[in-house]
Amino acid sequence: MKKSYQSVANFTNYKTRELLIRFFSPNLLLTSFLFFALLSTSVFAQEGGDPVAGKALFNTNCAACHALDRKMTGPALRYVESRLLEDEGLDREWLSAWIRNSAAVIRSGDAYASKIYAEYNNAAMTAMPQLTDEDISNILAYTAQDPPAPAAVPAGAQAEAAESSGGISNELILGALVVLFLLLAIGLYMVNKTLRRFAEAKNIDIEEAVPSRSLWSAFVKNEFLMLVTSIFFLLASAYYAYGYFMQLGVDQGYQPIQPIHFSHKIHAGENKIDCKYCHSSARVSKHSGIPSLNICMNCHKSIYEYGGETTVEYSKEFYDGEIRKLYAAAGWDDANQEYTGETQPVKWVRIHNLPDFAYFNHSQHVSVAGLECQTCHGPVEEMEIMYQYSPLTMGWCIDCHKETNIQVKDNGYYAKIHEELSKKYGVEQLTAAQMGGLECGKCHY
Amino acid sequence: MRGLINIVVLAVLLISVNSCKKDSQPNYQFFPQMYESPSYETYGEYDIFADEQSALIPAEGTIPRGFSLYEYENTNEDYELAKAELKSPLDSTLVDVDRAKELYDIYCGICHGNQGKGQGTLVKNEKILGVPSYADAARAITEGSIYHVIMYGRNAMGSYANQLNEEERWQVTAYVLKLKEDLTK
Repeated sequence: MKKSYQSVANFTNYKTRELLIRFFSPNLLLTSFLFFALLSTSVFAQEGGDPVAGKALFNTNCAACHALDRKMTGPALRYVESRLLEDEGLDREWLSAWIRNSAAVIRSGDAYASKIYAEYNNAAMTAMPQLTDEDISNILAYTAQDPPAPAAVPAGAQAEAAESSGGISNELILGALVVLFLLLAIGLYMVNKTLRRFAEAKNIDIEEAVPSRSLWSAFVKNEFLMLVTSIFFLLASAYYAYGYFMQLGVDQGYQPIQPIHFSHKIHAGENKIDCKYCHSSARVSKHSGIPSLNICMNCHKSIYEYGGETTVEYSKEFYDGEIRKLYAAAGWDDANQEYTGETQPVKWVRIHNLPDFAYFNHSQHVSVAGLECQTCHGPVEEMEIMYQYSPLTMGWCIDCHKETNIQVKDNGYYAKIHEELSKKYGVEQLTAAQMGGLECGKCHY
Repeated sequence: MRGLINIVVLAVLLISVNSCKKDSQPNYQFFPQMYESPSYETYGEYDIFADEQSALIPAEGTIPRGFSLYEYENTNEDYELAKAELKSPLDSTLVDVDRAKELYDIYCGICHGNQGKGQGTLVKNEKILGVPSYADAARAITEGSIYHVIMYGRNAMGSYANQLNEEERWQVTAYVLKLKEDLTK
């Protein structure tokens, strides 16, 4: 909870308010009441600006580069108006001129404008002449709101507590079962012991079970039965040995632990990012391509925390930690929003790996044949942890080549050869096999 | 009692054989020398390279075959310059709208929206905010500025130069202009 207060503490003019909050923080009800009271006063102080309309405007116009409590491409904007007024003596008029055309303000030689422009790596703020005075006052009303963090923290904590209690109860049930089982075993042992003692006391002989060997010796003496059994065992072991040797080198289901927990489920499933966004060379090259980290940073420059569904195992903290790992590898200083230049390669563990004596080309399958990635890689958009879906054996390749018809529609690549070959084979639709997809030299050379 | 021991031994054996197959470990191979030749793999780790990776960027001062030089720097001045004077080498007959749409939907539509209104899936999911519409009058994008921004990125947007080659960038540029026209109609 302290953290959220620290962001407030950055602004000296709100020190007194912060003190008040600290003072009352044990009593949450009172705090939230206080917050509402403060919220309403600060809203009315904003010359009639509407923070709700301001939020919508902020999200469409400003949020690409600015956040309220966080430095992004541009500076954090909470209390921007009062800060500028108190620290720099700049009024609403200056701010409006800056918002509508910051480049013009910089050109006019304004000292603070030049300073802030240089401080943020000469990133040019888009001119927004379309914003009216009312729009700007709405946006500023939104930035003048106090952070709602204290109310959110206990809610999150409660949810977590509820989730973890669900996890504990499962373990409790298992533990109780184990204890019950142990008690039963001990009970039976005790009963047995007591009964034996009674028997001894009353001089009753207990017949110990005599191990009967009659069945076994009969079996050994029967030669026919022995023969049948040994043939059965030989066949069975041949079957299992064959099965074992056939699965050697097949990595279906291989699911290694990666250095960064990248969830395809979140990226490709929930956010519907196309496979080829990251694996762009699958379109044009042999290799599908492991995205370099600048592609991660295309989005994660803006997305610094996880905001989706969580479970006990995969909590928000866990995912946020993984984003931190990405920042460390890419050398991105999140606090100052700049690259440090200290990068380190991420050692991804390769999952799909054909033997080197087999040639495979992604672009042939993705661009020419127009296959969906899921045909071979399975439901990747549902995989929290990536695994190998297909066996990637030669038989698997051949089966698909025998069954799959070639895409001829709008495909100049095949037009002529398809016409001639279909005449030769006397078929309407050629399969990949009939195009030569079974020839050894296509994949092994 | 001996029967019990036999059963336990058998169970232990079965379990240990079973547990040898772990999903987090790759399977055994018949002839590893044939499966993994000594040549460098695309993303391999080898001592000989800087950072031990075989994935390298082209040597300084060289460009890959089929690439051409881009004369503009990644600065605000050159952005304005490209916006004013850079023209597409593709004439209307060379623009392949279907392919451009496919590329646009993969690389741009996720944020900018498939209509270019700035309402892509990531914006709707509130992951990335403030993506402008192509019709935004204040930005007044031109083919030069579109290409320049795809090349270098701008502010929160990153560069797409390594996902799209030169010709593809111009195709996407043409498609973005088409979307802008449709929006301002």
